[in-house]
Amino acid sequence: MPRVPLTWLAESVDLVPGSSAEDVAAALVRVGLEEEGIHGSDVTGPLVVGRVLSLAEESHSNGKTISYCRVDVGGHNDPAEGEYPASRGIVCGAHNFAVGDWVVVALPGAVLPGPFPITARKTYGHVSDGMICSQRELGLGDDHTGIIVLTRFGFDAATLTPGQDALALLGLGEKTLEVNVTPDRGYCFSIRGVAREYSHATGQPFRDPAALAVPAPTASGFEVQIDDAAPIRGRVGCDRFVARTVRGIDVAAESPAWMKRRLTQAGMRPISLAVDVTNYVMLELGQPLHAYDLAKVAGPIVVRRARADDRAAAGEKLTTLDDVERVLDVEDLLITDSPDGARASRVLGLAGVMGGASSEISETTTDLLLEGAHFDPVSIARTARRHKLGSEASRRFERGVDPALAPHAVQRAINLLVEFGGGQVDAEVTDLNEVAAVEPIEMPVGFPARIVGMAFPGDEVREALTRIGCEVTGGEEPVGDAVLTVVPPTWRPDLGSPIDLVEEVARLHGYQQLPSVLPVAPSGRGLTHSQRVRRSVARALAEHGLTEVLSYPFIAPERLDELMLPSDCSRRDAVRLANPLSEAQPLLRTTVLSTLVDAVKVNLGRGATDLAVFEIGRAYRAEGTARAARPAIDARPSDAELAALDAALPSQPRRVAGVLIGHRVPVGWQGAAEPFEWSDAVAAALVVARTVGAEVTVTGDAFGPWHPGRCAKLSLADGEYVGHAGELHPKVLETLGLPKRTVAFELRLDALIAAGERLLVAAEPVSGQPLAKEDLAFVVDEAVSAGALVATVRDAAGDLLEDARVFDVYRGEQVGAGKKSVAITVRLRAADHTLSAAELLGVRGAIVAAVGAAHGGVLR
Amino acid sequence: MSPSDNPPVGAPPASTNPVPAAAVPTAAAAISPLDAAAVATAVTAALAAVTAANSLDALKDARLAHAGDRSPLALANRAIGRLGATDKAAAGKLVGQARGRVNAAIAARQVELEAERDARVLIEESVDVTLPVERGLLGARHPLETMQERMGDVFIAMGWEIAEGPEVETEWHNFDALNFDPDHPARAMQDTFFVEPVDSGLLLRTHTSPVQVRAMLERSAALLDEGRGIYVVCPGKTFRTDELDATHTPVFHQIEGLAIDKGLTMAHLKGTLDHFARAMFGPDAVTRLRPSYFPFTEPSAEMDLRCFVCGGSDPDCRTCSGTGWIEWGGCGMTHPNVIRAAGIDPDVYTGFAFGMGVERTLMFRHGVTDMRDMVEGDVRFSQQFGMEI
Repeated sequence: MPRVPLTWLAESVDLVPGSSAEDVAAALVRVGLEEEGIHGSDVTGPLVVGRVLSLAEESHSNGKTISYCRVDVGGHNDPAEGEYPASRGIVCGAHNFAVGDWVVVALPGAVLPGPFPITARKTYGHVSDGMICSQRELGLGDDHTGIIVLTRFGFDAATLTPGQDALALLGLGEKTLEVNVTPDRGYCFSIRGVAREYSHATGQPFRDPAALAVPAPTASGFEVQIDDAAPIRGRVGCDRFVARTVRGIDVAAESPAWMKRRLTQAGMRPISLAVDVTNYVMLELGQPLHAYDLAKVAGPIVVRRARADDRAAAGEKLTTLDDVERVLDVEDLLITDSPDGARASRVLGLAGVMGGASSEISETTTDLLLEGAHFDPVSIARTARRHKLGSEASRRFERGVDPALAPHAVQRAINLLVEFGGGQVDAEVTDLNEVAAVEPIEMPVGFPARIVGMAFPGDEVREALTRIGCEVTGGEEPVGDAVLTVVPPTWRPDLGSPIDLVEEVARLHGYQQLPSVLPVAPSGRGLTHSQRVRRSVARALAEHGLTEVLSYPFIAPERLDELMLPSDCSRRDAVRLANPLSEAQPLLRTTVLSTLVDAVKVNLGRGATDLAVFEIGRAYRAEGTARAARPAIDARPSDAELAALDAALPSQPRRVAGVLIGHRVPVGWQGAAEPFEWSDAVAAALVVARTVGAEVTVTGDAFGPWHPGRCAKLSLADGEYVGHAGELHPKVLETLGLPKRTVAFELRLDALIAAGERLLVAAEPVSGQPLAKEDLAFVVDEAVSAGALVATVRDAAGDLLEDARVFDVYRGEQVGAGKKSVAITVRLRAADHTLSAAELLGVRGAIVAAVGAAHGGVLR
Repeated sequence: MSPSDNPPVGAPPASTNPVPAAAVPTAAAAISPLDAAAVATAVTAALAAVTAANSLDALKDARLAHAGDRSPLALANRAIGRLGATDKAAAGKLVGQARGRVNAAIAARQVELEAERDARVLIEESVDVTLPVERGLLGARHPLETMQERMGDVFIAMGWEIAEGPEVETEWHNFDALNFDPDHPARAMQDTFFVEPVDSGLLLRTHTSPVQVRAMLERSAALLDEGRGIYVVCPGKTFRTDELDATHTPVFHQIEGLAIDKGLTMAHLKGTLDHFARAMFGPDAVTRLRPSYFPFTEPSAEMDLRCFVCGGSDPDCRTCSGTGWIEWGGCGMTHPNVIRAAGIDPDVYTGFAFGMGVERTLMFRHGVTDMRDMVEGDVRFSQQFGMEI
């Protein structure tokens, strides 16, 4: 995000006197430019100007040659001693300076970026009482080939005195404000734009740094043609191209110190005068410029799309300035030239994104061709994204650059090149200008008030819009429905409709002025059944002793194998991500359990031994997924289109899963520990079923990842399957690294909730008649399940049954091998009378007969 | 002595002491029912014995000796039958009153001694109530879930409803219908997980805003036909391709609000946010809006909360980094293009939307400093919060 050195900002707008960087940031945030950070230099402490009085080169045994210098640092000097006048002794390893040079000295107590504190220290047989600094050591640039000699750094010796504060001299005390620019405010990627906004926030006068006189285009300038055969979304890729020539630039000329400093402060690296000037103008005005070595460009320049190869697969190639060879796409907009008369045959660069290496300016370049163009944001954005090549230029073009800016920015660059490089500008000016006029917007003058909810007098609306650069006509009559005709300024391509203008009026007026009015909604229906019940389920499980956790839904394909899912299982029908965070985990979970085990492992890894966790969340199945269309948004899509969109989605119902490990009851003063068993998983599943109000039946099942002999299947009364619970398969536990006998459940929560909602309880009167209890023990084959036996008992007991439950299971000699005795207590009660002995005998007989018939069970 | 060895309160005490032989009066000691002095002596002896009885057993012995069938007064009473008619009345009165006094004293002493015994049993049954009493594991809700519920309830109380939608979404719902131009940088800025193939038009929703679109599509008929305004909040899980670190997580939660009705303005947006802030952070909560940009709102704003820790007075405050404000979320007036895409006329209806991160809210409301604690599934994190938030 753009960094704004405050001294630079102050050239285009008067800062409120006495403003700190924080004050400027606070003003900008009011109009929508958020502070990202305030940067200062990392240099603190005494940093002064010094003059080299003497310099003695000494070669040392380690092969290094150092200089012992005496440096005059004015008021910081040590008193004269022996052969040395008042000065300081400093050991320096650089050799690019001589006696009499003006240098920068960090004295003991200074801290340089690193942090690198400076102290007096003994080295090479001398006390070095400070350090003579290079650009890199001060954070002023990358140059570390020698120390800074101030006269070669753009300073006049006549202005320097020994001991002078170098922090201020080098601008190291200046603050730089980094602002966050939202995507609609491309023009704020410049000092010009930020200064304008600061003016809006504070009312301080704005001076447009782009307001430079420019010569009229001439017919004989460098020939440029725009030849876009395939505009994207109907927009020609380039609608303005300014080209001008500067000749005879001194190859030895360096950028002035202040320019280097500002580039550095803005986060760019000073390189050479020509490059620095184009970057400087871009940072200042927001117009990306490109400088070509004139000797390497053959006219005409043609702006065109890349060509497909005959084989269509691979197109043209370009090696960009970052030394990467790129295969170009037919949508890429290119700057090309015409060597040997072959028109548009050579690619010079990706328009608005990055130049090519072939026409790059070098240290021998004296004649420059400057390009200032305006490109279609969409074209630039697509190219930058396609080649993963975000540049300072593309960042600006894709957000929209002021199309009126190019000639002024080129002029600004020329002025700087002429001033600091001694160049001569050609009189010819190329300016291909096909920029369409900005469309006026019609807006009722009362519209902002209607949207914002506070009164805006007509002249306030007009004044605000005029202040941001709009031309406003009409609407002078003081009535709310008068219509304004507003032509937005060229730098605001984001202003395209009346609602965009509302924001401008509101933000200039100040969001802090907004009244606060609570709207009254129509009476609502509260939570839906599903929402209410999901809360209940989570609460019930938590009260049952389970802790709710959340896990990421991403899984590796191997997880499906680890869970021993059959190859044809619908739980293998996972949704695959095109760009997963980890290539190892490209799938979305098909069950909640498949990722809940990851959370379990985190807890185990951190020392948990007894653990009960659950998660409520979605699982995803690709089944029926289709390519989703993208209907236009100028009106509501048809019902068929909307249905097709939903039909394209994968199924993603909510499920609830739980894992129980270790002990349900740890060892304690009340007695021994009780481990979690398969039955605890089933009990937890039944807590869910009871909470949602669904009637479920439990049957045995062999279903991965559960233990085939310890797996309960839960079904609704109509047979619809709703989940499984029990002990996990020992192989699964071993593969996943989970403790033996870990138990788990997973339920189709949406299906359960739907079943519960369908089930409307029909209340029966509560009988006050006396209870009759019958305890019956049946000897049955092992294969007969308790659930089936109880179901038979219930059926046989008929209307008098209140409850029937198993209270004991016995195996042993008394009942014989392969048999078991199941004891059931039956509670009977009539609605309207005391049960007679004959009635009880009848029910008992019916139960015994039914169990005998259905299961071969014999009363013990 | 363990508590189970105590006799239940109120049960008759088991007599372990045999009745001392000397205490049982003999027939020889019989007194005449007409001998007032002898009766008085017997009463005095009986009352002394009752008073002296310091246990229920001793009292029983005293009762047998002085009010039992063979006690002097009982025998004297039996002898009345043998008297002549004139003596009967006087003797009956004398002996009757004497027995009444003795029986009353025994009954009163019985009540006293039973009360003493009951009090003693309660003391003997006392336990150490500071022993750990929870036998099983203690469960807890995840604070991100309870936070979403709490936030949702603020709006439910105002008549709003909670809308939900799929997590794997169509690009149309997630971007197009929200006025994200396909080529706009805002779209690229939302680091999106796409479903394979990359042009499937399907993605993991990057925000809960597609639920706003769905809510408008579903409720537009009631709005247009019955004038029933749309007021919904949409809490839920969202996804962006951020690597997990202390301040980022690829899976996170948002809650968004949407109101579409006739005459809604930015002032209503501000009022709703103020109310929400006070409900979540107390009656002194202060909000601030500042201009921003979202494709689906215009005008757009960022919403800040006055730092409730330092109130803007501590330059070193860790909650607000010394700025005095905490960024809470984004908001704005729903863009006419978004309203239009749902088949609602933006010239007739206006609306507003807002959204905030649930993780972020949890972080600054509860001082959570590392996002990883919320997502790794360590039960100790959830258990700090218990059942409510």
